Amino acid sequence: MNEKDDMGIKNKELNQQNIVSQQHLRHFLDIEYLPKSLILDILDLAESFAGVSGQPVKKVPLLRGKTIVNLFFESSTRTRTTFELAAKRLSADILNINLDYSATKKGETLLDTLRNLQAMHCDMFIVRHPSSGAAEFISKNVLQNISVINAGDGRHAHPTQAMLDIFTIRKYFSDFTKIKVAIVGDILHSRVARSLMHALRILEVPDVRVIAPKTLLPIGIEDMGATSYVNMDEGIKNCNVVIMLRLQNERMNSSFIPNEHEYYNLYGFTPRRLDLLAKNGIVMHPGPVNRGVEISSEVADGDRSVILQQVSNGIAVRMAILSLSMQP
Amino acid sequence: MKYSKTQTQDLLLKIENSLRDYLLNNNIKNPIIIGVHTGGAWIADWLQKSLGFEGKAASLNISFYRDDFSKVGVNPRVDPTAMPVSVDDKHVILVDDVLFTGRTTRAAINEIFDFGRPLSVTLVVLVERNGKELPISADIVGEKLELDNNKNIKLLGPDPMILEIIDKG
Repeated sequence: MNEKDDMGIKNKELNQQNIVSQQHLRHFLDIEYLPKSLILDILDLAESFAGVSGQPVKKVPLLRGKTIVNLFFESSTRTRTTFELAAKRLSADILNINLDYSATKKGETLLDTLRNLQAMHCDMFIVRHPSSGAAEFISKNVLQNISVINAGDGRHAHPTQAMLDIFTIRKYFSDFTKIKVAIVGDILHSRVARSLMHALRILEVPDVRVIAPKTLLPIGIEDMGATSYVNMDEGIKNCNVVIMLRLQNERMNSSFIPNEHEYYNLYGFTPRRLDLLAKNGIVMHPGPVNRGVEISSEVADGDRSVILQQVSNGIAVRMAILSLSMQP
Repeated sequence: MKYSKTQTQDLLLKIENSLRDYLLNNNIKNPIIIGVHTGGAWIADWLQKSLGFEGKAASLNISFYRDDFSKVGVNPRVDPTAMPVSVDDKHVILVDDVLFTGRTTRAAINEIFDFGRPLSVTLVVLVERNGKELPISADIVGEKLELDNNKNIKLLGPDPMILEIIDKG
């Protein structure tokens, strides 16, 4: 898949797989075609689930008896763990399968692995894969009663991360139509940025900015409703929310930046830049954080940073998505 | 058919008086009053004030404890549970508007126990109707009703609270 295609996947069929009816999820593969009302339903339900983590017994029996499989073809700590906790707090049984080191290494095909897991009567697959479109492929090859959740596919989408990001934003800014949001860094390789831009567009955020060196800005970014900036100081000026992205060196097959030191000078979130934000502005990061590359420790650990709240919110948002995808 | 405001108020006063006697007879001084969303929460708030207890009553959203998720799913637009104090070693007064099949009460009791181990749970309802499916009965009842299977009874509110009997839609 070339870069242009990667950024421009528009697949009506995917929409139908995402949503059975207007208010009903079957799979959760992408945000692009979700109706605003369904996104708001997920956020509202997540608000109710947020309280569960504060209970003496951090569990509700909603998905008791269901079996969920974390099917990770790519390493992950935060996403896998928060999905696992979300499933456990809903009383589901969860299996973690790391396919980097498992059957596929012994020559088993993906479809055979899926068939085996289906024979074990699993109800849901949570899929992370280095190739764009992998979760969708799996959703087309599973039994009718199995839901598939995309936990990140290549450079394409990371819809649950975008959902937890907008959930976190809503905690600080209740009206999406009155905020300025900037996404800074490696936009080109970022599935988080793609999903986030779709979510912000659907929620009618009027001012979405992407800030990066030209080499890390995908072609056609303006088509996604964002304004691009090469100068960070200009880009983050008066923003309410700034989302910093990690430099994804593992996805870079050529040189996109001169060196990390220069990148930090031009695009790193240093304490000086806090003054450029709107008075109530917050700083976010999906993690893992590279301190001294895209953000300074002082900012990442400071009082404008909501990075750890994003992690906590990830559990409640994923509980909402798991339960809505699992309902009849 | 709608009850009048006065008729509903009479039932509320009846459960208030019964509960006052019950607390006195059982020497319960600081109970935790917990209402089930939404009607039960209105009544619990009303009882909290009329019995002279400070603060707001706790409220339970039993959506995540229902036994019919695999049939009807979950409603995303429900207020979260608000349990401001621990139920450990406390007498709990569980309040609902209508006791019908007993399934909501079963779910509410399960949820309460996820917040601790109360000394006792007493069930107070405004109306108990026929149709019980579980071995659950109320301790204090405003009125017992025999209704046809095609009828529903619900509480409108919160101010004023009015009971209404309607055809099942």
